[in-house]
Amino acid sequence: MVLKKIVNKIVTWSRVKSPWILHINTGGCNGCDIEVVDVLTPRYDVERFGIVIQGSPRHADVLVVTGPATQQMKSRLKLLYEQTPEPKFVVAVGACACSGGIFRHSYIPNLGIDTVIPVDVYIPGCPPKPEAIIFGIAQLLAKLQGLETPVIDPSNIDLKRNQLEALDKKKEVATTE
Amino acid sequence: MAEKKIVKVDAPKTGCVACMPRTMEIPLGPQHPALKEPEHFLLEVEGEVIVNATPRIGYVHRGIEKLAETKTYSQNLTLVERVCGICSHIHSISLVNATETALGLEGFKPPERAEYIRTIVSELERIHSHILWFGVAAHEIGFDTLFMLSWRDRELTMDILEDISGNRVNYAINEVGGTRRDLSEKQIARMNKYMDITIKRLKRYTEICLKEDTIRLRTQGIGVLLPSTAKKLCAVGPTARASGLKIDIRYDDPYNAYAGPLRDIFNVITYDTNDVFSRVVVRLLEIIEACKYVKWLLANLPDGPVFIKPPRKVPEAHVLSRTEAPRGELIHYLWSNNTNKPYRLKITTPTLANILSVAEMLKGDYIADSTITLASIDPCFSCEDRIITIINKDRRKAKVDNLTMDQLRKYSREWHAKNKRWKK
Repeated sequence: MVLKKIVNKIVTWSRVKSPWILHINTGGCNGCDIEVVDVLTPRYDVERFGIVIQGSPRHADVLVVTGPATQQMKSRLKLLYEQTPEPKFVVAVGACACSGGIFRHSYIPNLGIDTVIPVDVYIPGCPPKPEAIIFGIAQLLAKLQGLETPVIDPSNIDLKRNQLEALDKKKEVATTE
Repeated sequence: MAEKKIVKVDAPKTGCVACMPRTMEIPLGPQHPALKEPEHFLLEVEGEVIVNATPRIGYVHRGIEKLAETKTYSQNLTLVERVCGICSHIHSISLVNATETALGLEGFKPPERAEYIRTIVSELERIHSHILWFGVAAHEIGFDTLFMLSWRDRELTMDILEDISGNRVNYAINEVGGTRRDLSEKQIARMNKYMDITIKRLKRYTEICLKEDTIRLRTQGIGVLLPSTAKKLCAVGPTARASGLKIDIRYDDPYNAYAGPLRDIFNVITYDTNDVFSRVVVRLLEIIEACKYVKWLLANLPDGPVFIKPPRKVPEAHVLSRTEAPRGELIHYLWSNNTNKPYRLKITTPTLANILSVAEMLKGDYIADSTITLASIDPCFSCEDRIITIINKDRRKAKVDNLTMDQLRKYSREWHAKNKRWKK
């Protein structure tokens, strides 16, 4: 029992200290991809967390996915996810990858990558700043360690709530005047 | 240096099928460590030498042109910026110029200061895009130190862009009728200071590139595109200029501030060794030139407003707007129909014009050099994938049929007779 605990601890420690990432573009506009590469360069230098970009899905632990998963890339994304060895984690970078973004209402359903593969961390923004990407990756590492991370269930968000509140406020102002 | 290295292997005398010389096919992409974007190249090789290369585009098709018809002009500026994340500003300049030309029929003219600010941002974008390319090219030839150093220097330009527009990638500084933001004295002083540093650093890199063996040995004599071939295949931008062709929309068909007195100090940079090395040198010299243009534009910035409210409806017109993106000539074709939404928007991007040149460059090169040759045109596939090609299951027999209405009807009847159980 004790041995198992220690082994588990070592495994988690090694996972947290060297997450190797594979960068996949599923039809994004390059903005997020450039920011992902930017994160690796001297100013932001994410290699201090032990993060290295890998060329093959077989070597990767974390898939960093950008783009809205276009029709042609859906099957390839699924294939890449299946090729990655367990345990695997997926980070969706950018508004497109999270929900389809500005391309959501196109005649081709670009609905984001979570319609194809399960996602662990969402990083919104068009494109997210390098600091936001680093924060997202740090959240993933915290999740691996078993620490608490903010969870937002998209199905619980009421998009019209703010509008309705604003309308109520307007009405109140009108009645008081 | 410019000779092609196609090696023909003689057939062995024994009649064994396995030893017969034949070409092998190597797929490159869509997910490949050398390519940041999803793109597929089918390389036919004989031993180590590439005999034929077939590009296959369309992985990044998002339906932007159709989406553009459902949005108003100022909403479209947001959409068009998302065509490409690296050259986002030049797309919005193209659309804004097209729209303002159409509005010009009713006597609308954008303020001069706004045109100067647009030009400044587009030159800044050229600087960051070329440095980005330089870093990626250095990475492809295995010179990672230069990759890291050049990307460190790129951050200066990104800081300026963030300072004046509020975002690092999609600047959103254009608006139909002017720009959204003005430049303050403090920002101008900061930009001048940073441009000086960038010029200094870039001069150092140019020196390194011209002398350093690591770069010269990997780039000279590789990916040769002769001027005659470049003309025949309609190469544009730095790719054409590196083949000695003097093509630059900023000089040939000037727009915005390029049409003003900036034209007198404008240099079209060419280099004549026709290989990857030539493209490196052309881009590096272009960055230094672009820094000088930014400094000139800042010194001669006219006073006045930056925004005039335009009429909401755009009169009926067909407008072709040409601009020089960092990668070459960019064309926006706008068909307006007297409403606040475009009837049709067609975008033709430089990478689409250069993709045939790349297939030509790859022929006769070694497989190991294929990545740097591909990178040498600065491919931006997210720009170009706005077309659908119908391709058979066997990729090499690609065929697009133009059917008449009767033929189509006949075909549909036959198809439904074959697939009776097919339901929607």
